[in-house]
Amino acid sequence: MNGAHDMGGTQGFGPVIAEPTAPGEIAPLFKHAWERRVFGLTLAMGATGTWNIDMSRHARENQAPADYLAQSYYQVWLHGLESLLLQSGLATREELETGRLLAPPQPVARVLRADAVAGVLAKGAPAQREIDRPAAFAVGQRVVAKPMAPGGHTRLPRYVRGRPGRVIRHHGAHVFPDAHAHGRGEQPQHLYSVGFAARDLWGQQAFAGEVRVDCWESYLEPSA
Amino acid sequence: MASHDGHPDAHRDAQRHEGHAHAAGPDPMTERVQKLEALLVEKGYVDPAAVEALIEAYETRIGPRNGAQVVAKAWSDPAYRQRLLDDATAAIAELGFGGRQGEHMVAVENGLTPDGGRVHNLVVCTLCSCYPWPVLGVPPTWYKSAAYRSRAVLDPRGILAEFGVALPDDTEIRVWDSTAEVRYLVVPERPAGTEGWPEERLAALVTRDAMIGTGLALPPEQAA
Repeated sequence: MNGAHDMGGTQGFGPVIAEPTAPGEIAPLFKHAWERRVFGLTLAMGATGTWNIDMSRHARENQAPADYLAQSYYQVWLHGLESLLLQSGLATREELETGRLLAPPQPVARVLRADAVAGVLAKGAPAQREIDRPAAFAVGQRVVAKPMAPGGHTRLPRYVRGRPGRVIRHHGAHVFPDAHAHGRGEQPQHLYSVGFAARDLWGQQAFAGEVRVDCWESYLEPSA
Repeated sequence: MASHDGHPDAHRDAQRHEGHAHAAGPDPMTERVQKLEALLVEKGYVDPAAVEALIEAYETRIGPRNGAQVVAKAWSDPAYRQRLLDDATAAIAELGFGGRQGEHMVAVENGLTPDGGRVHNLVVCTLCSCYPWPVLGVPPTWYKSAAYRSRAVLDPRGILAEFGVALPDDTEIRVWDSTAEVRYLVVPERPAGTEGWPEERLAALVTRDAMIGTGLALPPEQAA
């Protein structure tokens, strides 16, 4: 969807403000205690297997632009988590508002226990898949990112759509988020790093260099 | 009043989001998240000890010190550097790091290119906040900000200037927009004057920002 989350190239957000720290040090990860809990609850609920990471991303970005932009990062996460709980029937709106159990719990595939956390994090969830279909594009080949405006989830940013690029790298086949986010299965496709010359994105005043975007095969067409 | 979570600005933020102040009790965000956690625990979907273990893993164990070890080893050991550039996921796993949000790693090197030019890599996620967790931990607030996400692909030199980094005019900039499950680690240039340093000492020069591309490795006189 052409939402407010797709920010590449938007102007007017002002300078980047980094938290001041001593050289080599980093700022605390969370500004407020509730952000810590939103982070932990989001990961713990993800571990139940009720939804996948692409559904999570879509739940965060699927908002009216003004709402999305008015929220802090972890408010967006909280919105996403509450949306997924409602959609999946694990909680009701009234339960979220009161914090009290009003409907019986629904079965979930897994409940993560503390002693399993390290193992689950170390394992991760690889997205690469073996597929029979050969790659349609070769490294070095000129391609064009297709013009498109899908109403659902996509990972092709607006700022490269319709622009010419060159295949830099083939990552193998990966789960296709545009399908996976909507419960249509993994539908893995070949994935490529595509380099777009900054000048082809932003014109003659662009910086000297390129932007490299990971693009699934169906986002691309051969250059004419 | 004292803010509930000990941060003096928590209540001010809450007022801004809610448009009014409460005389007592937790701020609205804290209250909303406490209700959510109570509900999820009561329903049996999450184990609060696991939630805490997830958070603590990133607060204490999984952070940019891991990535600094990877970079220091690549600087010290040419065979490791080659393995890192050929298959970063496997090379990083040699040091015991991997898993969630680092299942498919690619390392990109700053400095001289084979054709004699110079390149500087910068990593962003314009769509949200994709970031190599096993080697860098949870992303800093600025990485997730609209200001960074919007401008990194349009004006990377302007962003670098805000981080105090000025590169020669003929340095090519490559911006990596993390749109898939591939995660990018920047290998900064090794600072001059560090010949013969052991890996542990080198690692102290490798900042988080240097591995995102918004910084350079520290000069030897700034070693901790």
